[in-house]
Amino acid sequence: MKTMKTIKLLSLGLLATLVFSACSDDDDAPQVINEEEVITTLKLKLTPEGGGEIITFTYRDLDGDGSNPEITSPSLSANTTYTGRVEFLNELEDPAEDITIEVLEEAEEHQVFYIVEDSLNAIPTYTGALDNDGNPVGVEFSLAIGDASQGNFTVFLIHEGDKNAPGASEGDLTEVGGETDIEVTFNVTVE
Amino acid sequence: MYQKSILLCLFIFFSFVTQAQDCELTISGKVIDIHDKSPLFGAVVQLVGLNKGVYTDKNGFYKIEGVCEGEVQLKVSHPFCEPETKSINLKENRQINFKLEHHLEELNEVLLKGKLYNNESNSSISNQIKTQELEKFSNASLGDALKSISGVSSLNTGNSIVKPIIQGLHSSRVLVINDNVRLHDQQWGVDHAPNVDINSAANITVIKGASALKYGGDAIGGTIVIEPQKAPIKDTIMGKTILNASSNGRGGNISTSFIKAKSSGFNYRFQGSLKRLGDLEAPDYQLTNTGQRENNLSLGIGLNKIDYGIDFSYRLTNSEIGILRASHIGNARDLVNSINRQEPFFIEDFSYTIDNPKQEVTHQIYKLETFKKIKNLGELSLQYSFQQNNRLEFDIRRGGRGDTPAMDMELKTHTLLTQLEWTSLEGFDSNFGLEFNAQNNFVNPNTGVRRLIPDYNMYTAGIFATTAYDVSERWDLDAGVRYDFNTIDADKFYITSRWEKLGYDQLFPEFEIGEDGNQILTNPQFDYHNISATVGATYTFKNDFKLIGNLSSGSRAPNPSELFSDGLHHSISSIELGDLQLDSEQSFKAGVGFQGVVEKFGFNIQPYINYIEDFIVLEPNGIETTIRGAFPVYEYRQTNARLYGIDVSANYSFNNLEFLSNFAYVNGRDVEQNEALINMPPFNVSNTITYSKKEWNNFYVSLNSQLVTQQNEFPDNNFRTDIVNTTSGEFEEVEVDVSSTPEAYHLLNFSSGLDFDFNKTKLSINVMINNVLNTNYRDYLNRLRFYADEVGTNAMLQLKLNY
Repeated sequence: MKTMKTIKLLSLGLLATLVFSACSDDDDAPQVINEEEVITTLKLKLTPEGGGEIITFTYRDLDGDGSNPEITSPSLSANTTYTGRVEFLNELEDPAEDITIEVLEEAEEHQVFYIVEDSLNAIPTYTGALDNDGNPVGVEFSLAIGDASQGNFTVFLIHEGDKNAPGASEGDLTEVGGETDIEVTFNVTVE
Repeated sequence: MYQKSILLCLFIFFSFVTQAQDCELTISGKVIDIHDKSPLFGAVVQLVGLNKGVYTDKNGFYKIEGVCEGEVQLKVSHPFCEPETKSINLKENRQINFKLEHHLEELNEVLLKGKLYNNESNSSISNQIKTQELEKFSNASLGDALKSISGVSSLNTGNSIVKPIIQGLHSSRVLVINDNVRLHDQQWGVDHAPNVDINSAANITVIKGASALKYGGDAIGGTIVIEPQKAPIKDTIMGKTILNASSNGRGGNISTSFIKAKSSGFNYRFQGSLKRLGDLEAPDYQLTNTGQRENNLSLGIGLNKIDYGIDFSYRLTNSEIGILRASHIGNARDLVNSINRQEPFFIEDFSYTIDNPKQEVTHQIYKLETFKKIKNLGELSLQYSFQQNNRLEFDIRRGGRGDTPAMDMELKTHTLLTQLEWTSLEGFDSNFGLEFNAQNNFVNPNTGVRRLIPDYNMYTAGIFATTAYDVSERWDLDAGVRYDFNTIDADKFYITSRWEKLGYDQLFPEFEIGEDGNQILTNPQFDYHNISATVGATYTFKNDFKLIGNLSSGSRAPNPSELFSDGLHHSISSIELGDLQLDSEQSFKAGVGFQGVVEKFGFNIQPYINYIEDFIVLEPNGIETTIRGAFPVYEYRQTNARLYGIDVSANYSFNNLEFLSNFAYVNGRDVEQNEALINMPPFNVSNTITYSKKEWNNFYVSLNSQLVTQQNEFPDNNFRTDIVNTTSGEFEEVEVDVSSTPEAYHLLNFSSGLDFDFNKTKLSINVMINNVLNTNYRDYLNRLRFYADEVGTNAMLQLKLNY
């Protein structure tokens, strides 16, 4: 009897050891993950009404969060109205992924806001098509420029904010809430 | 055996032949517990067939006088024992001792694997919650139940993710032992609640400090030992069902369990529970997306003899927990807005739907254990366990990715534990053990989100020896030592610029193994050697007062999150960075326990001091501006820390009234920087008054008052950042106040109940109302305190059926 039990115990131990040692052989190198939801680049394309060269503002950060972004902020002409369009890109993909399309597809969840510093003589107005709830998405806009001035021009892409909040449809961000997907500021000079 | 029976029959035969009448004989003796030899008080010793019976006294002695000569049959029974019968042929005064199979109630002695944790024989400073108290928390979480112990608080993420804090320390510094298996469930995460179904526990012991060396030397905060209901060695079926309904969350849970046991030692067990809750409600608004679902199951089968046994068990916990929608924000500007607002941005009508962000966690434990008692040596046991933790975290994502988890981790752990309990040396109770652990963490790359922590393999080997020495009736000493070797081998991609910015290209060039685009693949490998030890003494005074002194030193290797994390942490919108240069923490803790009972007054005082070398803290270190806006960057660093505090509980009963009072104070400081440690529980005091009347179906009514003061000792981690004023468009510098602590609060909780006995079943009805006054408050130890108030009034009805 005794030996039987000992054998039983031993075999149990052996079994356990076998299972134990046969575990997890994931020695292969892990697969690289290229972040899918990254937005590396924001471009503001401004076309003067009545024709002229397209002026492009760019914020580009290709090397992960916070490491020296590349910002271009050309000057604008006084007393001109521009037709504007914002583009969001993931330039880590090849070819670059146009996230603006995604934003438009999920129009009810997104809104772009343009906040102009008081010192800058510029008035943005939404011009694009409305979403299914009748609210602006804000990808397309017009920018009426006054006299020569200088100041900050900040672009926000807000996800799941309250698009029915007071003033939201006119571009007032104060009561919207939601989460900020993009927040980029350009220092704009009007000449 | 057969021979004995034959002999017995012969005796009986002869006794009939030689009948003679002399009724002046005495039978006396002692009734003791077969396992620990303790005397059994109140056992009934009867002469079968004759109307004669006596009870054993305090020392287990009995005496039956005036017994007639001849054949008598003695039957001894005890409420918690299997009755035993003995036939004797009485010719003269006899002394007959009985050894009974005791502990059908506590059962710790006859269970498979003997006593799990016997805090009587050890100087660890500990507290226990028993079944009855635990059942009140049937629809809450483990962390909620533990908070009823003075000195235990919790770190919450919302209201459903509750992580225990023992004397100021939590996460990797607290071990959770479920049915003798150390839980490996990504416990490093502050928002990862322990995967334990509270309904599967029969009792829970909290050991404060690193003195439970059997379970690991890294319990710098403490160890939580959860023991399930064990099967007795007798023919029985035990079962219970608990049904809870709660008004807040408009749902409830059901839990049921049964154990079938045979006197042969064979038994099987089943326990399961289901929980469904919708959105919780704060006094003034709905807490959108705070619903939860839980499905738990545990099964067991075993053969449990006195001297050997084998047992298999399986446990499954599966939970889906919604995370307050308003706590998911984009950047520091959103955080400032949330802090400044009194109400969350997202408030929707009540719903049972659990949307993103949410967690879905499945944890499984398979355990096979066996023991054998060896003569003149002790008990040898072997346990193998396999655990699998699958953690999915769903985030609010763009582009229809909501159904793809943002984090998908699978942690597998194999553990082999072998122990020898050596008891054959008089006065000594020693334990020697070896533990091997192999762990693999795999992060699914299909999430489209970079891994917060990497794939890794970790192997650990531990060896320990503990002994308790019974010096005298009054003095007990104990000591133990444990060595752990720990090796971790990870494969991690760093963004090349981050790798260089942290200086790792200079410090750890040997880890670089490849490059892929802007990411560098590295293979960090680290070994850690940890030594832990404990020594203590217990002195029992003449009046049964007890003074316990314990010194322990625990050592903890840095966890994967502290080493490797790099990425955005949503709950406070910060970027968190691990540090590859971290060393093990070493704690030196001295604790004292002084307890006693004077008539109707009982008390327990537990002061302690804990000094931790190389304590790992997460601290802000600048701001990073990204395309999403500004974020504070938190980095791990090491310092020396000192914690001291006191936990006190006292109770007093007066007629049908009982007063219970608990309070705890802890003070933690970073002694290098001379500032307070973050997330130290504020001073809190809980007072309960209960009126009970046994005659009225065990009626009781109880009122509990809970006061949590404001924490005035906290580090200033506030940071300043420029935020665009959405009206003027100007940048304004603001201070982001992530440090200030919420105001003190006071809560009232009410409970009442009745029991009804029907034949073999017992029905208990309890009514509980938490936060009776619907008080608005926020808790410093809730990581979502920036976003919403805590829950308001919650009325619960509980039906409990024992059969």
